[in-house]
Amino acid sequence: MKNKNLVSITDFTREEYLRILELAAEFEAKPRQDILNGYVISTLFFEPSTRTRLSFETAINGLGGRVVGFSDSGATSASKGETLHDTIKMVSNYADLIVMRHPLEGSARLASEVSSVPVVNAGDGANQHPTQTLLDMYSIMKTQGTLENLKIFMVGDLKYGRTVHSLLQAMSKFNPTFYFISPDELKMPPTYKLYLDKTGLNYIEGKDLTEFLPEADIIYMTRVQQERFTDPIEYERVKNAYILRREMLEGTKETMKVLHPLPRVNEIHTDVDASPHAYYFDQARNGVYVRMAILTSILGIK
Amino acid sequence: MKDKRLSVSAIKEGTVIDHIPASALFKVVSILNLDKLDTMITIGNSLGSSKLGKKGIIKLSKVFFKDDEINKIALVAPCAKLNIIRDYDVVEKRVVEIPDEIIGIAKCVNPICITNNEKVTTRFEVVSKSEVKLKCHYCEKITDQDNIVII
Ligand SMILES: [Zn+2]
Repeated sequence: MKNKNLVSITDFTREEYLRILELAAEFEAKPRQDILNGYVISTLFFEPSTRTRLSFETAINGLGGRVVGFSDSGATSASKGETLHDTIKMVSNYADLIVMRHPLEGSARLASEVSSVPVVNAGDGANQHPTQTLLDMYSIMKTQGTLENLKIFMVGDLKYGRTVHSLLQAMSKFNPTFYFISPDELKMPPTYKLYLDKTGLNYIEGKDLTEFLPEADIIYMTRVQQERFTDPIEYERVKNAYILRREMLEGTKETMKVLHPLPRVNEIHTDVDASPHAYYFDQARNGVYVRMAILTSILGIK
Repeated sequence: MKDKRLSVSAIKEGTVIDHIPASALFKVVSILNLDKLDTMITIGNSLGSSKLGKKGIIKLSKVFFKDDEINKIALVAPCAKLNIIRDYDVVEKRVVEIPDEIIGIAKCVNPICITNNEKVTTRFEVVSKSEVKLKCHYCEKITDQDNIVII
């Protein structure tokens, strides 16, 4: 994976996903190592995302690397009208690797073509956020012991939620069965269903969250946002139907885990937090190990 | 009189691009960069055609296109026909075919795509040809046939 860019989850192969997850487990066992000593990693956050930036910087610092960058483009030359092209050209003179978050879609792909050092996409608008997907996969692997043949529920906003689209693409390499549970207005787009049909994978679509839950290995929750609805009455009608509550988890598999990319608003009731099925806070911590694995393999250290 | 008429109606060696929709004629001129050529070009537009209603035609003296060059016009003139002329005779007829990749011709439909906000040459993978669907190399969004805008 040395010198490879990670812009889109489809840039990596099945074997590369598995290698990253294996390395992440090594870092989880031994999170403090001095292997990034002497390396400079640039974190360019053209829009603020404290959660993702802290996770990357914790990963870099934990391995002894140095971080240069910014957390908000308001304080940089980008706000003075410098093009992304020029900013990336300049930064790639100083850093060994660039981690970038940007509100425009496709910006990370462009940066990877302009940069002389590898680029890791930390989110480009609603397009891709591949390190989130890899940490979701690591959480699935850790809790299920495998990625193969799982029954994965995706719940809520399946139309605009980039995390579910990327997870679908990545997990498709491991023979899953998907259950898409969403209101009519926020159904999984035809492009992805067509992709599953072509790949020969099964999926079930439904509106009722509780109907199939006893079959689930993983429930991946997303937020249903009011601004996604053209009809506010429709939103009022469905908003409570996609809130996961503790009583719904009765009768589910013992090993079943609930994931959520966070931040949560109200789509998982707080009474779920104490349930053994809740995994979303652990999921966030896994992000640091997965990012350590991604950075060190791209730098050719691991 | 006879000589003058011949110079616009027939070419000795070259290519005739026929069956261009009248509305797309000048887009074809721009996609093929014909304004940069210094060979003889004859352009006719809004000519009557039983097939297209109004059509355009371009006659290019001493110009021969490679497939990947001429296929670029398939996005705007999918029914265009090429006649290859040698010594005043049509020696070959060709149709255009949409290529697998489109570079620098069309605009991405996504307003928050980087290509609509910074000077970047657009690039698309053609994911469907019967009903044209272009997948942006940058933002990964699909631009449908109805939404294709030529730069
Ligand atoms: Zn685009």
